Amino acid sequence: MGAVINAGDLRKGLKLEIDGEPYLIVDFEFTKPGKGQALYRCRLKNLITGIQFDRTYRSGDRFVEADIEEKEAEYLYKEGKQYHFMVTSTYEQVEMSTDQLGDAVNYLTENLKVSMLFFKDRPIGITLPNFVNLRVIHAEPGVKGDTASGATKPVVLETGYELQVPLFVEEGDILKIDTRTGSYVERV
Amino acid sequence: MSNEFKHWGGTTPCALQKRFYLERRRDIIRSIRAFFDSKGFLEVETPIRIPAPTPEYHIEPFRSEEWFLITSPELQMKMLLAQGYERIYQITKVFRKGERGKYHIPEFTMLEWYRRDCSYETLMDDCRNLIKFIGEQLRLPDPFPYGENRLSYSENWHLFTVRELFQKCVGWDPFTVSDSESFSIALVEKIEPYLASFSTPCIVKDYPPSEAALSKCLGEICERFEVYWGGIELANGNSEITDEETLKERFQKVLAFKSSLNVHLPIPDGFIKFFNKMPPSAGIAMGVDRLVMILSNAPSIEWVVAFTPEEL
Repeated sequence: MGAVINAGDLRKGLKLEIDGEPYLIVDFEFTKPGKGQALYRCRLKNLITGIQFDRTYRSGDRFVEADIEEKEAEYLYKEGKQYHFMVTSTYEQVEMSTDQLGDAVNYLTENLKVSMLFFKDRPIGITLPNFVNLRVIHAEPGVKGDTASGATKPVVLETGYELQVPLFVEEGDILKIDTRTGSYVERV
Repeated sequence: MSNEFKHWGGTTPCALQKRFYLERRRDIIRSIRAFFDSKGFLEVETPIRIPAPTPEYHIEPFRSEEWFLITSPELQMKMLLAQGYERIYQITKVFRKGERGKYHIPEFTMLEWYRRDCSYETLMDDCRNLIKFIGEQLRLPDPFPYGENRLSYSENWHLFTVRELFQKCVGWDPFTVSDSESFSIALVEKIEPYLASFSTPCIVKDYPPSEAALSKCLGEICERFEVYWGGIELANGNSEITDEETLKERFQKVLAFKSSLNVHLPIPDGFIKFFNKMPPSAGIAMGVDRLVMILSNAPSIEWVVAFTPEEL
């Protein structure tokens, strides 16, 4: 059980357990009509589903802090729909599914270090480095003469991720990718 | 969350920006004094540390040894009215525990004024005249920007009754359902965003008995009003109770409610002693910091005070 929190202690960035699920307060506002009750307006984000919604709480409301822990983990391998990681501090092996990882699967290569979020000792999500380097395994040859600036073509990376890149990129190139937007940054 | 501010990069002002807000604040306070002085009001200073705070359901006073810091100068200004003063105003610091947000700070500046032999209608006129006067003194454009909105200090204010607003925005009648919790939530979630859609200030008047505070009630209609501007609550005024029994009854109800929460506050005996001489009158409190915020296009209260408690 996490610590008990009163409505008056709510603030942005706090993680709460509500109906058995972990939530992050992404936006918070204290408000109070002059003669009325103090109200605590929160925008909550479900840390498992990512869904956000607004909730207004009152002075007497009490909460339990979500038992959330962040640990460094290293990606090992994929087996079917399961992705296997190792927690670097304990060598403990944990697995997460494609559904849990979402778009993150586009950037996972062997030995990549990520930050893994645990809720009650169960992994619920990972945070990737902002940039990763990935090898191009398939690229159409660039069309000669097409030099219009901003022209792009699709390529496939070693993780199976397909994206648009400039025409000069070739098979075997290593590309720097921004994991927050999923877009090409530069050729390494 | 209705007002979006995109014109400033950060969430807190830098030193150079702060100076602009503090200068604007000084100009506004000067204008307030000029306005009331020209109307024959006497500026007064009443004590900030008092033996018993105004009994309020939802306001928490700070203790100062055995006494309390004022949550408003209301009781002491009414003592002056009872002694025969006709028109008085005060600009003072007031203190409310636990109130901290975009529009709240535990120590803030209140403008409060009282008129003898008047009802709340006269105070509404004062508000219209005061806001227009300050706008003109500051030579503000009209309309002027506030966040992504444009506000106007002209006299064409909007007037709503509480009942009318609840019918329009909320869908239930606060005169038949008296639940102060639902009332507050409806105000904040439904009514304030609606009022934010008007450029000139809005007056919301005639509260149900459950929200009367210390206002005079005629039947179920209590002569209390609020001023909202850009959806922000700016002032609360009312025709005052003059009947001692009604006053004691209201105080006792509040103090009993507080005791049920294990907060034990003394009854303001010293004030009640004066009350048999209380003339028919009306009084109002206006938040100066919020007024400065609006008139200087500041996204939150920390922009318009020299220091917040967190900075000390």
